Amino acid sequence: MKQKYLPLTATILIFVLSYALCVMQFPNMLSTRVIGNLLTDNAFLGIAAVGMTFVILSGGIDLSVGAVIAFTGVFLAVVLEQGGLHPLVAFALALAITTAFGALMGAIIHYLEMPAFIVTLAGMFLARGMAFVLSIDSVPIKHPFYATLKGFYYKLPGGGRITLIGGLMLLVFAVGIMIAHRTRFGTNVYALGGGAATAQLMGVPVARTTIGIYALSGLLAGLSGIVFSLYTSAGYSLAAVGVELDAITAVVIGGTLLTGGSGFVAGTLVGILIQGLIQTYITFDGTLSSWWTKILIGLLLFAFILLQKGIIRLSRVERQHA
Amino acid sequence: MTATVRTYLRRLLPQLIALAVIVIAISMVFPGFLSLQIQNGRLYGSLIDILNRGAPVVLLAIGMTVVIATKGIDLSVGAVMAICGAVAASLITSGHSLAETLLATLVVGILCGVWNGLLVAILDIQPIIATLVLMVAGRGIAQLVTEGAILTFNHPGLIFIGSGSFAGLPMPVVIWLIFGVLVALLVRQTALGMLIEAIGVNRQASTLSGVLTPVLLIAAYVLSGLCAAIAGIIAAADIRGADANNAGLWLELDAILAVVVGGTSLLGGRFSIAASVLGAIIIQAINTGILLSGFPPEFNLIIKAAIIVFILVLQSPRFRTAFTFVRLPRATGKPTEREAK
Repeated sequence: MKQKYLPLTATILIFVLSYALCVMQFPNMLSTRVIGNLLTDNAFLGIAAVGMTFVILSGGIDLSVGAVIAFTGVFLAVVLEQGGLHPLVAFALALAITTAFGALMGAIIHYLEMPAFIVTLAGMFLARGMAFVLSIDSVPIKHPFYATLKGFYYKLPGGGRITLIGGLMLLVFAVGIMIAHRTRFGTNVYALGGGAATAQLMGVPVARTTIGIYALSGLLAGLSGIVFSLYTSAGYSLAAVGVELDAITAVVIGGTLLTGGSGFVAGTLVGILIQGLIQTYITFDGTLSSWWTKILIGLLLFAFILLQKGIIRLSRVERQHA
Repeated sequence: MTATVRTYLRRLLPQLIALAVIVIAISMVFPGFLSLQIQNGRLYGSLIDILNRGAPVVLLAIGMTVVIATKGIDLSVGAVMAICGAVAASLITSGHSLAETLLATLVVGILCGVWNGLLVAILDIQPIIATLVLMVAGRGIAQLVTEGAILTFNHPGLIFIGSGSFAGLPMPVVIWLIFGVLVALLVRQTALGMLIEAIGVNRQASTLSGVLTPVLLIAAYVLSGLCAAIAGIIAAADIRGADANNAGLWLELDAILAVVVGGTSLLGGRFSIAASVLGAIIIQAINTGILLSGFPPEFNLIIKAAIIVFILVLQSPRFRTAFTFVRLPRATGKPTEREAK
């Protein structure tokens, strides 16, 4: 088997094994209801994590995701409740703003040659600050269109539902996989992650790709914000704190190399599902406290970083012997 | 000697000017801002309040400066603060003496630092990711210690650390002053500071020229853990309880911001602890200023973002080359520092 599939295989194996263990203890977990809820509850995180996958594949990082989600939620709530716009118009406006915001961060990272970490940190402060300025209270969204959207779902055999937002997440993953493996932009992202200097010498348009990556991450964070506002029916400026960390964790557990250049969008989906599974298990168990989620996810993160290190070392040794 | 003082002042000049401008601006609007009173043998006033409120970030910034100088970063300090606050509160409520509690808490902070250091120095993991592990798991561990509740305590000795006073100054200020001077002396009166800068500039070259890179790297993260432990004790003592969810939340970002405002480059190398401390005080002064001026505190984050962007532009290699006209920026060709990474 090719080495690049090793982390992804490990992730899928861990997911299948842990799901089997969960089912052995609680047979009810093997129902389409649980699977449907797994998708719905993690929809906003999954969509944001697709954007994060591209950013990390290119060797960067985007800390502004959670703040952008909160900003989008508050923006939608304020515009819908006071502006009287149709939600679809408001969605388009929100996506345009967050995409432009991401593109701006990408431009600063490229043209000012600053680490992505600190630029997106400033973006995080700015987005959260703008959300605060729009409203410090939790604003409920009572637009009838939201109820209509929530009414859409595909019924699975066994009573489970793939809701609109759960389905949207799967769609975003499918499109993300297409972009990563079937377009020139996707190849450029991998090349950039493999080494910016090499990529430039190969003729990859570094400026355009960097800006595109962060614009994509901004767009998906905006979409994630829309999904989050559908999920909670409210906009709150303190919502979605730390989502960027969950997204980064999902990407790493999904087998993407943190130094960039290697990984799969599909792996991120499994990473999201593993995180969701841990939470579902703790809910089913009932005696374990919620903080075990954080500790377990931290341990899993550590294990995958070690796995990645081991694989890199192994391939280096092989190259020397070859 | 006067020459060293002069170079020192020149290094701190931008931060001192920024702080002076902020303080003067606030005091023009609020004449009472500069006034200091002595009550019950302790100084009171807005200026003292800034120094006191800023204590956790100042302490974190001291450790963060050394870590950033090695071209690293420590994202876990907020979570370590929460762990240490939880440990201190649970030990003191279970009847241990103050000395035992403090010692055990500091040891816990040091152990957290050792963990981060081992990941970075021995396993060779990127610092952002290595410290992310403890950042994610740390709050869970803290909640495990407090069993999910907010542990409150009434021990007068521990509370004294948060709200007592010594020689007219609030205890937190005394602690960070002493600790900051000790660390600054340690790194500047010995070769340690220079060796740390060497690692930040080029880790491989330092190792090849005989610097004990792994030991120094671990030591840097241990210092950061120790600072977080002290900050955690102060934060817990201040509210007389350990809040595993909110203690030190996002303070790692404030600490990084303080270091950046202090002019230490995130790309490693030269650092100044005094400048970072000034950076932390500048941030706190802005916070206090916004609160006093009656602006909604929401503007705080936007102003912070504006400061970061401003400093980024100043520090940006391209801006510098364009500004000094020494070398014209080349659009293509030589890989830049970021790209070469």
